[in-house]
Amino acid sequence: MNNNFKLLYKLSIIIIAILATLIISSAILLVLGANVPKTFYTICIMPLTKMGHLTEVLIRAIPLCVIALGVSIAYRSGIINIGAEGQMAIGVLSFTAIALSFPELPKPILLPFALLMSVLGGALWGFIPGILKAKLNVSELLSTVMLNYIAAQFYSFCLRIVMLDPAEKVNGSGTPQSMRLTSNIELTRLAGRLHTGIFIALVLAVLVYLLMWKTTYGFKMRASGAQSRAARYGGINVTWYVIFSMILSGAFAGLAGGMEIAGVHRRAIEGVTNNYGFSAVVVALFGGLHPAGIVPASFFFALLIYGATLAPRAVNVPANIVQVMQGLIIIVIVTTQMVLSNAYLEDKVYRMIVKNKKEVK
Amino acid sequence: MDILINILAMTVPFSVALLLASLGEMFNQRAGVFNLGCEGVMAIGAFIGMLIPFMIGGGGQVPLYWNVVGLVVASLVGAIFGLFFGVVCVSFRAPQGIAGIGLQMFGVGIAGTLFRHFVGGTQSIPGLPSAPIPFLSKIPVLGEILFSHNIMVYLSFLFVPVAYYILFKTSWGLKVRAVGTHPRAADSMGINVNRTRYEALMVGGALAGLAGAYLSICQAKMFSDELIAGRGFIAVALVYFGHWNPVQIMLGALLFSLTQTIQYNVQGLGLSLPYEFFVMLPYVVVVIVLSFTSRNQRTAPTALGKSFNREIRT
Repeated sequence: MNNNFKLLYKLSIIIIAILATLIISSAILLVLGANVPKTFYTICIMPLTKMGHLTEVLIRAIPLCVIALGVSIAYRSGIINIGAEGQMAIGVLSFTAIALSFPELPKPILLPFALLMSVLGGALWGFIPGILKAKLNVSELLSTVMLNYIAAQFYSFCLRIVMLDPAEKVNGSGTPQSMRLTSNIELTRLAGRLHTGIFIALVLAVLVYLLMWKTTYGFKMRASGAQSRAARYGGINVTWYVIFSMILSGAFAGLAGGMEIAGVHRRAIEGVTNNYGFSAVVVALFGGLHPAGIVPASFFFALLIYGATLAPRAVNVPANIVQVMQGLIIIVIVTTQMVLSNAYLEDKVYRMIVKNKKEVK
Repeated sequence: MDILINILAMTVPFSVALLLASLGEMFNQRAGVFNLGCEGVMAIGAFIGMLIPFMIGGGGQVPLYWNVVGLVVASLVGAIFGLFFGVVCVSFRAPQGIAGIGLQMFGVGIAGTLFRHFVGGTQSIPGLPSAPIPFLSKIPVLGEILFSHNIMVYLSFLFVPVAYYILFKTSWGLKVRAVGTHPRAADSMGINVNRTRYEALMVGGALAGLAGAYLSICQAKMFSDELIAGRGFIAVALVYFGHWNPVQIMLGALLFSLTQTIQYNVQGLGLSLPYEFFVMLPYVVVVIVLSFTSRNQRTAPTALGKSFNREIRT
């Protein structure tokens, strides 16, 4: 079997996968009676045409990138974290709590302190499923989802009662949101709503690369994920690395929550997590669980998420279409990976083609 | 006392969606496939189930049989989703956990998208009327709790012994348990492992779709994005809790339903905590229960979550 064939084979499988995704999405769009090319144009190209749109895409890419880095650490360590949604909400709450409690502190102290608390909050929420998995063998898929719902209710309770904006009480409108935070806790804005968090995200990407591929700690985490039994025989404390990877993963999601408040909303509002926790799982997988892939992937999915918000007005397609596409992309990615790694199938296809050629001769 | 009867009388019908979805998931897991997409299939089922009576009656009264059509079509669509999951996880042998998350996002997304397009906002449908069983519903206390619900409630609880019979007393049930316990042995006995898994997935999908349609047609009598609210995931957890056994799953469904109904009776019970704490109660219970039951996973199907490849020696 020559290398040319191998390359061609892999390429054609990837092309088939992309085509399958496009065909199924198009079929759904046709059911909705939408103009298919125009919808894809609105979702994938239109946000790039204007500066105002582009900054909006980038602010969505920041939390996606940060959470996806965390998800990829956990995934590499053998644990699928779909609880980033809840970890992010707890991060937002911790951040807001600090911001509301110490509004008079100077910015260089307050901002890092509040971000640190959001990291700790997220880490705590990630620690729970981590220890349940490591000590009691509770499926992290179920426990993280349940913790998402618990966090969402707790979030709603805090916004509605504990942190409710006093002005809302006076007006009586009762929108559950916190007071507008003081200006000494804001991340500086660069253009539009784009904030300096983008640099934090990029620095984190580099740090995650260094941690996972250039330190023994990262090696041990990846070993626990790849072959947990072999890692244990090799003297690696797998239990601890599972817990630690979940703590890190939660910390990243919490930080994303804190930055979202400091940079974009500047008060805790409802719906701040915006399904980023689930989208980030797709981003992490799409980016090949590697920081170098996650950074562009987070931009691509931010594009889809923002583009989908334009879709209802432009082409009369509900914004939920992005969730459909994300689900589809997950399924297609995992299926494609299995087909690509199936050497037996590759061999079969090769022999089939070669046999056909001989018959022609 | 009245409030207690009230809570228990709500617990029984509210447990049906969990029960049906959970029994479906039980068939999946007994065949060795961990289907986390249950939530997504339920969302689709709930939407389809609501759409049919809504389209026919425009939100007004519809003949009863259109509700039945809704329930049937929802379970058929659920079966198709089960088939789709089979293609991904049985034929292509994709990792089941992450593929399940994909199916969940896909299902919830499609339901939300189509709902916004075809229905728009919150629309109620008349739904299935309650049908008290004559004589039995007149029994004091018990009659109200057990025998004054809609027809689907009785059918679903009757399905528990049927599921038990199918799983433990029919040859198909034996095949399902075989491919979930030791697929290689089953294969050498001439059982088509992948085919059996496909069948189990379709049964499971149909039940999940039916559970969703029950929620929209019989329970809430409307559809919204928050209708399922994690019941699909709770159903998966219930299978663990119920040790892959229909009767224990039924008890688990009743228990969880009880924690859910408490939130509707908070004021009657004179509890002054904010309502969020009661809404989160079932999820907290799931986490606690999982922590205590995961230890005895010896009863779990041994091939659960493992795909079968007859061409590779292990």
